[in-house]
Amino acid sequence: MAMSDRVLPLAHTPERATTETAATKAVLIGIAVLFLAAILFLPLVTVFMEALRKGWGTLFESFGDPDTLAAIRLTLLVAAIAVPFNAVVGLAASWAIAKFEFRGKNLLLTLIDLPFSISPVISGLVYVLLFGAHGWLGPWLQHYNIQIIFAVPGIVLATVLVTFPFVARELIPLMQSQGTSEEETALTLGASGWHTFFRVTLPNVKWALLYGVLLCNARAMGEFGAVSVVSGHIRGLTNTMPLHIEILYNEYNFVGAFAVASLLAGLALLTLLAKSFLEWRFAGELAAAARRH
Amino acid sequence: MAFPPSSLRQPSALPGFGLALGFTLAALGLIVLIPLAALVLRAASIGPAEFLKIASDPRTLAALRLSFGTALLAALINTVFGLLIAWVLVRYRFPGRRMIDAAVDLPFALPTAVAGISMAAIYAPNGPVGAIAQSLGFKIAYTPAGIVVALVFIGLPFVVRTVQPVLEEVETDIEEASALLGAGRLRTVFQVVLPHVHPALLTGFALAFARGVGEYGSVIFIAGNIPLVSEIAPLLIVIKLEEFDYGGATVIAALMLAISFAMLFLINAIQGWSRTKYGNV
Repeated sequence: MAMSDRVLPLAHTPERATTETAATKAVLIGIAVLFLAAILFLPLVTVFMEALRKGWGTLFESFGDPDTLAAIRLTLLVAAIAVPFNAVVGLAASWAIAKFEFRGKNLLLTLIDLPFSISPVISGLVYVLLFGAHGWLGPWLQHYNIQIIFAVPGIVLATVLVTFPFVARELIPLMQSQGTSEEETALTLGASGWHTFFRVTLPNVKWALLYGVLLCNARAMGEFGAVSVVSGHIRGLTNTMPLHIEILYNEYNFVGAFAVASLLAGLALLTLLAKSFLEWRFAGELAAAARRH
Repeated sequence: MAFPPSSLRQPSALPGFGLALGFTLAALGLIVLIPLAALVLRAASIGPAEFLKIASDPRTLAALRLSFGTALLAALINTVFGLLIAWVLVRYRFPGRRMIDAAVDLPFALPTAVAGISMAAIYAPNGPVGAIAQSLGFKIAYTPAGIVVALVFIGLPFVVRTVQPVLEEVETDIEEASALLGAGRLRTVFQVVLPHVHPALLTGFALAFARGVGEYGSVIFIAGNIPLVSEIAPLLIVIKLEEFDYGGATVIAALMLAISFAMLFLINAIQGWSRTKYGNV
């Protein structure tokens, strides 16, 4: 090794020993960037290019289609029910799990995570087996004229199942690390239980809650497999945006399919942007930033 | 934590345990556990002869083999490239690093159907990459290769995000020690640094694999869905349901769940073994 006259060899050596040569670095960075460009960026860019293939006019025209508008409305409705529900469950679960010691806690944690390890199609299937025409409760539901499968309630249920763990997973580790001393202080000073929760606990976890809600919402609006099984694909009635993409695509209406897809891709980009902002700005108040996924 | 033998939980000054746990258990039971129990009961109510008949149907076997095979291959590809990407993101500083770091999560945020039609457009014979492949004499879309491509997209963030935080925690002291003791850089990386990352890498592999086995939305557009060739198991469940063959759908779903849980159990066991061998997390 050529020795510089200003740097002692021993002071220099350990530095070099814990990193690679510039050439190796460049090659590794190059491989990583190329791989990500091919696997991630290309599909993302293609969505917008295909949507704009026939110009902005055609793109905006396809948004005016009544079936597309109905799909957008249904997706917003389903997310508006599923996300708040899972946020409340996530708060309740993390309160019980993080603030108390009880038997069976690990089992409960495993069960909350269970929907992540099940195929979305199976998540839809279980509701068909319960509520479908040939399901366990099918005849009873038919007798009372209640429709769950091939209707909005089934879509909501399947979405809730698929997105069940998102908020709880973000909140539990953070609330566990925060402990119970602040709540105990508030109670000692005379605050009621609910008052303590809303004025002490909730402000402490608000950014993690938002983080979980963001991820939960992205999945709720984008869910395809589970919803596909229970929806029945009735245009204008039980078609969410992802399902509408499939219908348009199978009809060879590629511009229409990619137009709806570009809306969801835009939502995905906004989600990533907001997520990165939260990780950068509130890293200390976000268990997720240290642990990621 | 030690518990008094008579009680299920430790005493606490905080209120609301009953309400919070009760609400959680009710939601978990109604949304997740009872519906899953319905699947298990349904599978159990099918006689063993009928179960075996559906399970040994060539179309069922081909679909299961395809789903698990492509998910395995995609997870292996993601293990290699996910480790490389995590390494580059943690160890090197270069322009655009933050943006690339954020972009790794794209498959978590982009709906699977959107990714599916987009990849079908790219890898179809008339798409930009598909055309190149065509001129070289092979097809990607509408073959099992297309399924692997889709599953690589879906699974990549699982590996990167599991390995990244562990790699960040590896102290450079051990690398300095290794270098001072005379090891070359390559040897230091493979024998000193990477053993710390093995358990996380295995977890990332398992997560990517589990997700790939069940994946539906991104795959069906690019797969071509030819029975016995490129028809994945989740799609076969959907087809059985559309034919009102609840028994067939249930058996395939039960087999998928059983194989997945068995593999996750095996991976957990390997992880336990690797922990005792390397003595770290």
